[in-house]
Amino acid sequence: MLKILGSIYMPPEASTVAPGVDWLFNFILGITAFFCLLIFAGMVVFCIKYRHRPGHQGGESPGHSTGLELTWTIIPLIIVLVVFFYGFRGFLDMSVVPPNSYEIIVQSKMWNWAFQYPNGTVTPELHVPKGVPIRLVLTSDDVIHSFYVPAFRTQKMSVPGRYNRAWFQATQVGEFPIYCAQYCGTSHSKMLSKVVVEEPTNFDRWLEEASNPEKQTGFTPQKAGEDIYKSRGCIQCHSIDGSHGTGPTWKDMFGSKVALSDGSTIVADENYVHDSVLYPTKQIVQGYQAVMPSYLGGLKDKQIDWVIAYMKTISEPYKKSMGSSGAVPTSAPMHKDEPARSAGSNLK
Amino acid sequence: MSAITGNLGLATKQPEHKSDNYLTHGKGIKSWLFSLDHKRIGLMYMIGVLTAFFIGGVFAMLLRTKLLTPGLMYTHNEADEWNFYNHCFTLHGAFMVFMFIIPAIPAVLGNFVLPMMLGAKDVAFPRLNLGSLWCWIIGSIFFGWVLLGGILHAAFGPFANYWANALIPAGLDTGWTFYTPYSTAKAANGTVEALLGIFILGFSSILTGVNFIATIHMLRPKGMTWFRMPLFLWSLYATSIIQILATPVLAITGLLLLAERTLGVGIFDPALGGDPVMYQHFFWFYSHPAVYIMILPAMGVISEVITAHTRKHVFGYNFIAYSSIAIAMLSFLVWGHHLFVSGQSPLANAIFSILTFAIAVPSAIKVFNWVSTMWRGDIRFTTPMICALSFIILFTFGGLTGLFLGALSNDVHVTGTYFIVAHFHYVMVGSALFAFLAGLYHWWPKMFGKMTNKTVGNIAAILLLIGFNLTFFVQFIAGAKGLPRRYASYPPEFHKYMVTSTIGAYVMAVALFMMAGNLLAALINGKKAPANPWGANTLEWHTASPPPHDNFPVEPVAGDPYDMGSWVWDEATEQWVLDEDHARTVAGTEPTVHQH
Ligand code: HEC
Ligand SMILES: [Cu+2]
Repeated sequence: MLKILGSIYMPPEASTVAPGVDWLFNFILGITAFFCLLIFAGMVVFCIKYRHRPGHQGGESPGHSTGLELTWTIIPLIIVLVVFFYGFRGFLDMSVVPPNSYEIIVQSKMWNWAFQYPNGTVTPELHVPKGVPIRLVLTSDDVIHSFYVPAFRTQKMSVPGRYNRAWFQATQVGEFPIYCAQYCGTSHSKMLSKVVVEEPTNFDRWLEEASNPEKQTGFTPQKAGEDIYKSRGCIQCHSIDGSHGTGPTWKDMFGSKVALSDGSTIVADENYVHDSVLYPTKQIVQGYQAVMPSYLGGLKDKQIDWVIAYMKTISEPYKKSMGSSGAVPTSAPMHKDEPARSAGSNLK
Repeated sequence: MSAITGNLGLATKQPEHKSDNYLTHGKGIKSWLFSLDHKRIGLMYMIGVLTAFFIGGVFAMLLRTKLLTPGLMYTHNEADEWNFYNHCFTLHGAFMVFMFIIPAIPAVLGNFVLPMMLGAKDVAFPRLNLGSLWCWIIGSIFFGWVLLGGILHAAFGPFANYWANALIPAGLDTGWTFYTPYSTAKAANGTVEALLGIFILGFSSILTGVNFIATIHMLRPKGMTWFRMPLFLWSLYATSIIQILATPVLAITGLLLLAERTLGVGIFDPALGGDPVMYQHFFWFYSHPAVYIMILPAMGVISEVITAHTRKHVFGYNFIAYSSIAIAMLSFLVWGHHLFVSGQSPLANAIFSILTFAIAVPSAIKVFNWVSTMWRGDIRFTTPMICALSFIILFTFGGLTGLFLGALSNDVHVTGTYFIVAHFHYVMVGSALFAFLAGLYHWWPKMFGKMTNKTVGNIAAILLLIGFNLTFFVQFIAGAKGLPRRYASYPPEFHKYMVTSTIGAYVMAVALFMMAGNLLAALINGKKAPANPWGANTLEWHTASPPPHDNFPVEPVAGDPYDMGSWVWDEATEQWVLDEDHARTVAGTEPTVHQH
């Protein structure tokens, strides 16, 4: 009965702690309903019975009653202590991580999530095996975010500069939304992802595939690069249609000349991209801020190669150079007459 | 019955008494802007906070309208749309919290009524009082600047000129909570101006607090012992303690933020070696007590309004008075309940949780006392009373939903969601706003000598109650189902709640315009108000409406503030008149009437 009622105002119960939280929620709901009814009924009755009307006289009544007042001090006190107790007990269940749990590192940044598994694989969606306690270590690259899975009744802030912990154990196979519940700027409401709960055997198979995209059917480096572009947050700042975002567009970027903030120019070749991704502050593109996070440890060289392969597919200068010389461009300047590309010139 | 109408020109029909009241005493704009009269300062504050309320309200309408759709409402691309929404909720929150709800009751109603309830000519330090008003004005100018800057930026920005960019802030999108490192490292650049504004507004609050405490200590009249003080004064006293002790912490926190943002001093930003969670501690060390700066005076107003309009002695005076002080003290010990999911240790969480529950008890006591006050009363459904009844409904509900948040395991699920939004709107808006309206309608006759239209006022109040519940009740459900707050876009399953909520907000807007229109209409063609239209016995009703410049021609002597028996309805004049015999028999009271 309560379960059916609960589905009106609660998300599905998909973790071990969820039923406990919901039980307490309903318990407090009962208390709320009881006191609301008591007080509202009192108000209504008094309003009708003692309303001012011809012939009605306000009666005498005591100005106070210590007994009565102590009663309505002590009863609420007891009730809130009971609620406190159950809330605390439930919270301890949520905080004490069981031994032998499976550890996943949650990396948050404006405005996406990345989940790193023990073997180093990083994915934008969180996959977990059902029935296994999962221990999360939460980190943030920039501002405070909050990792929130309503179906698990789990929430924890990810705070830059410290590691927060949370854990859960999923009880139900399925997909459940992940929200960022701490305001973090422009696309806060789009900082979404999902948890995919699978049977342990399926999870193992999935992780195996996720760690080796090459083994997936239909694998091409270009496609794998595009996946990284979309799933690892590049898309938040870099467009592929030529428009300016937080970072420069990737359209026609590879193989072109890039103006740097120190006044020099450089050709965007493999080394440049590789360094830009791992050490973004080394060379800052003119007209942009040094806000790009480093992917050192986040992207492996092989993955950067895929990104480069993808960049090449959307770059005319590169394709042109391929057409004319037939060789992979080197760091030697190719289009001497072309002005250096920079955002500054476009913004004016 | 030897009924004598009070002294102070209430039935003495001499024209000169009528013509000289505080409204006519001194002419010209300067006589208002630099007035030392607490009543005029109160009215100036009223104009100010209502302006802030209006601006905050406009933003509320803009953001609720945006939420009619999860997609684009005002612009053609997502980043602009989300940014616009983020600016809207930030300015909505900042205007409403810092410029409206915090000063509303103490600075407007408190300023106007407190000295008169004490039978005094003014507050203890009238110049300080004027200083407080000017701090408010200057602080608000900073926010006006941020607002204007935001509009200019939206229309013409970004500016190429360095100075234009530096002087025209690009609005404010930090949320009213200014959480670091977003506010110091990432947010739009109005943060500096806004923080300066808050710093100055803080002084307005502190000065009012100092003044009220001094006034209550020094200027109580003959016969008014501490436990004969009107409950509104107890609650203002408790509020003032919080204002004095907590606001400096906010001011310092603001300065630290400024130092970090402008000078790069690492305090809160981990990139500079700071600790962002420390900011949350500092911020809530002020801002949780601030919640009680909003609600305690509201409770005081309700105590006055309910006894006056049920014509009954307040039930359990001592418990209500003590509970105000208990709330003020406990309010300093619960800030950590805003940090339950920040990584705070379970032990700290447990302590903050239990203290949070402790503060629920004195609040509950007040509700029971108010309802019991109505028992065997003679209840009149005037507009202030309807507002007070609405207050009890909303406060009960808002308070009880606090239990969900105080309970640790539940809080983990609903914190940061619409559940929180609903909860604090029930308490801060529902309750504090209704109390403010109750107070305005209750004291309007005293302020301007005009009665408001009861029918229109009551309809507006009921409409507001309906609109309010429509807006915020569904947000409890959306929040329990997991919709995070401050979301410009939302998953489709939440659409129905968002639409309902927005419709409710429109109803509220209509009701509030009715409320305001009714108050203004009273000024123009309201019935003339007698000195004591409600038959209440606190001292402000013992002088003319509107009061003379000095409040009381003769210093009054206080009796029991809730002794309704001393005012009797006189059929002939259709007025409440003071029953001198009765007043005299109230223990320890000397006659309040001096014939002259
Ligand atoms: C927070 C926004 C942001 C994200 C996310 C981001 N970048 Fe960047 N990126 C920038 C900015 C800003 C610049 C220009 C400033 C600089 O050179 O550091 C930049 C520059 C670059 C450059 C040099 C581009 C040029 O036009 O010369 C490359 C290559 C690059 N990013 C790759 C990536 C890759 C690959 C990812 C995803 C794995 C990524 N970025 C994610 C903001 C971002
Ligand atoms: Cu976030």
